[in-house]
Amino acid sequence: MEPGSIAVVGAAETTQLGVIADVSVLGLHADAALNAIQDAGLTVADIDGVATAGISPVDLAYYLGISPIYADGTMVGGCSFMMLLRHAAAAINEGLCNTVLITHAESGRSRIDAGVFPRTPSSLVGQFQQPYGVYVASTVFTIPALRYMKTYGATEEDLARVAVVQRQWAARNPRASFRNPITISDVLDSAMIAWPFRKLMCCLVTDGGGALILTSAARARDLQQKPVYVLGTGEAVDSPLIDQMENFTSSKAFRASGAKAFQEAGISHAEVDHLMVYDAFAHIPLYGLEDLGFVGRGEAKDFVREGQTGTGGQLPMNTNGGGLSYMHSGMYGMYALQESVRQMRGTAPAQVEGAKISVCHGVGGWFSAAGTIIFSNEMPT
Amino acid sequence: MREALPTPTPETRHFWEGCRAGELRLQRCKPCAHVYFPPRAFCPRCSSREVAFFAASGQGSLYSYVINYRPRADMGSEPHSIAVVTLDEGPRMMTNIINCPQTAEALVLDMRVRVVFEVQNDEIALPLFEPAQG
Repeated sequence: MEPGSIAVVGAAETTQLGVIADVSVLGLHADAALNAIQDAGLTVADIDGVATAGISPVDLAYYLGISPIYADGTMVGGCSFMMLLRHAAAAINEGLCNTVLITHAESGRSRIDAGVFPRTPSSLVGQFQQPYGVYVASTVFTIPALRYMKTYGATEEDLARVAVVQRQWAARNPRASFRNPITISDVLDSAMIAWPFRKLMCCLVTDGGGALILTSAARARDLQQKPVYVLGTGEAVDSPLIDQMENFTSSKAFRASGAKAFQEAGISHAEVDHLMVYDAFAHIPLYGLEDLGFVGRGEAKDFVREGQTGTGGQLPMNTNGGGLSYMHSGMYGMYALQESVRQMRGTAPAQVEGAKISVCHGVGGWFSAAGTIIFSNEMPT
Repeated sequence: MREALPTPTPETRHFWEGCRAGELRLQRCKPCAHVYFPPRAFCPRCSSREVAFFAASGQGSLYSYVINYRPRADMGSEPHSIAVVTLDEGPRMMTNIINCPQTAEALVLDMRVRVVFEVQNDEIALPLFEPAQG
């Protein structure tokens, strides 16, 4: 896509985040959508494209009273929203529609009409993973980590430090679920979930949602919010079976998605002021830093230890606190996108002063998919 | 007894029949000699449909794993490994490492392992792995 041709003109999360015991999944989608439409200064009549994952875009459009001429239900897990944004940008540029609403919501904790994503016993996952005790994310997404740790000499302390640094960011975010400071010892003393992963190395399980509104940069100029331009986009898929990843020290999907986004944006890594890497577990940001090309192989642990991803570091990362501390409803990608948009608008609670370019990278389906969006608050010259 | 057992499809039946007969079957592409897993009716590298299964050695090494402290209901109450092994023929597969303590000290990356088939019912035996002696 042409860098800067599309802008985010509306962005909002659900009114509440955390434990929302009185709203269904569909209700959370609607709440986020209405908040984002209001944020953009638009009405539902202005929306002619809908995109969502986890529920059908048909449900979303009907419920909100939208009659769309574009609908996308791409569902690849937590990075679906990066892909939906990428597809919407292409659709708007192609003239398929003008203004696209993208929503996410899950009742991850309260489970009010929570989505179920069953695998049949004859699917690839049903035949070749589930017989061995795989079920929740902690039983499978975590498996590559030991190989990464052995290859690069990363330790349990290095994993713990990712959670510690992100908690420092969360402390600055009033909406973050966990804000109290933690130490490496706190992390290493927390309950064992799936060795080497302790509880504080694993994401939260909460309720919430978020929505984005995209339109052309030309139309964005007439709207009330400062446009957040899309500079570049990437997406990739790998294997539904984690054991079939080419190599457990790196994600092929991360590399392909990131490279495409950087190539489209035409920027260098040195120009990036802010980074979001979907952190369902503490090892994912380490893979992200390396596979996106910010640091060399095996260097991510040192980069984090030097404080470079923390407050005052050269590459502030996961500044909302991430899935480890901010919130995680199941498919976290939307919240990473929301934080990138806030940083580009200059409205983030833990604002990175002067930030002009934000990279937002998502993972889906336990390393099986990836999506990358590069934003800027300046139209590229 | 495990509850989440596989239901073979026509493309995977040879694999599960092999496991039940005590044989770990992989597939090899005739034109390009690529050995692959999981089963399918064509080569994932060159797309040839000229493929055939063969009995693998059942030997391999431990590539990576976790020790799951929150076992699924049908997996018992004790922490257990969920592992990926690299077979000597090349492919990797998910499994459990059994017949050894489920501890970091006993489960050492790159240790040699060999297949053992744990019978579940008349149709299904699961290919699990145990430490290979020596």
